[in-house]
Amino acid sequence: MIWKIFLFLLLAFVSVAGIAFPIVENPSTWYQFPLIPGLEENAKIIFFHVPTAWLTVVAFFMSTLYSFKYLRKKNLDDDVKSYAAAQLGMIFCILATVTGAVWAKFAWGSYWSWDPRQTSIFALLLIYGAWFALRSSIESEEKRATLSSVYSMIAFVTVPFFIFIMPRIMTGLHPGSADDTNAGPVIDFKMNGNMQLIFFLSLIGFTILYFWMWNIGYRSILLREKLNKQLIRG
Amino acid sequence: MNSKSYSLFLKDFKSELRTRYAINALAMFIIVAISVILFSVGNEKISPSLTGGLFWVVIFFTAMSGLSRAFVSEEERGTSLTLQLIAAPSTVYAGKLIFNIILVFVMNTIIAILYSAIFEAFIIKNFWLFLASFVLGNIGLAVSSTIIAAIISKAGAKGTLYPVLSFPILLPLILTSVQLTLFALDGISFERAKFELAIVVSYDVIMLTASFMLFDFIWKE
Repeated sequence: MIWKIFLFLLLAFVSVAGIAFPIVENPSTWYQFPLIPGLEENAKIIFFHVPTAWLTVVAFFMSTLYSFKYLRKKNLDDDVKSYAAAQLGMIFCILATVTGAVWAKFAWGSYWSWDPRQTSIFALLLIYGAWFALRSSIESEEKRATLSSVYSMIAFVTVPFFIFIMPRIMTGLHPGSADDTNAGPVIDFKMNGNMQLIFFLSLIGFTILYFWMWNIGYRSILLREKLNKQLIRG
Repeated sequence: MNSKSYSLFLKDFKSELRTRYAINALAMFIIVAISVILFSVGNEKISPSLTGGLFWVVIFFTAMSGLSRAFVSEEERGTSLTLQLIAAPSTVYAGKLIFNIILVFVMNTIIAILYSAIFEAFIIKNFWLFLASFVLGNIGLAVSSTIIAAIISKAGAKGTLYPVLSFPILLPLILTSVQLTLFALDGISFERAKFELAIVVSYDVIMLTASFMLFDFIWKE
């Protein structure tokens, strides 16, 4: 219970601080953020957009990991865990895409411009979508678990390619891209101490939230299956 | 294993020659797809870079219309259990893969010939680079679509699911191949296209390895 209160306070603090703390040229007090040329007020999205994108990737890896475990042990429990992770991953993927697109409207002038990161997250969205489409088309539990595990392994091996080929094909606009000159690797040196602190607090808070949600999702799927079996038995 | 996969391939090849299902479907699909492009282009002049992209659009959708046959036909005829009895999973996959590779090569060669005949902007300046990317791209396309076809054949809603599942997997290959085709159209040397060629080669190798390892799980299902 105590950690739930802690999580609530942490996320409340991060939300308030991330939105309300002013951005000034020369920060003098602890609640002021530095001005990053080229980003200005838009920089504040880092406290909410980056954690969602990070959790998209975490959920994808977790889902693949449990798929791999399922293929090795053939334990249906692993498949449920993988499914719960993918469900959250899909939610966070949509959130990251939408917040990124809204941000891009103000920072780059258009909602979508096929920046490497945008293309990568679009590919991830497609993979998640295809994965759920595959799952919903199979009735039998074991078959569904095996085939979707195989598919997530195949999708997983294509991921490195996106990392290598995207920057070659498209020029990067996203802060932190290799050829980004004005808003450089933001995380490394443009943020001052308190901005970094709030950013990492937000990352930690969102990660705890994710694992909590994942646990609830996992247990709710188990309960639903139990109820379904009771209904069938009558 | 090799001779068995070869006889499996021969079996598919002979049954294909008798029914001509895949060949007819693919040929008609190529014609339909290219004529849709021609009608939509109308009298507009299209640039070489656009033809390079459209070339791979036609290849992708043609592949999606015909390549799932390899496994779906076994499930429909109810012969997959017999195959499971007489051959190891990797043998089956190898046999089906050879068949699909040949199908992809025939289909894409026809598309390439038709393309260069119909579109004036589609002039390949560096033929050897085009050939290299064409061969490597075809192998990658065949490998990925064969393993997805195996998954599809075990699931319901086979026809609609196939392009949905294949697209994210094929996306890195298609993006790189479009890039390589553009290079070939611009007459860029091998030296400058080295990185893209390396990407396609590693895609082929990784996909081949992954699908041989994962096919066991699908096939035993």
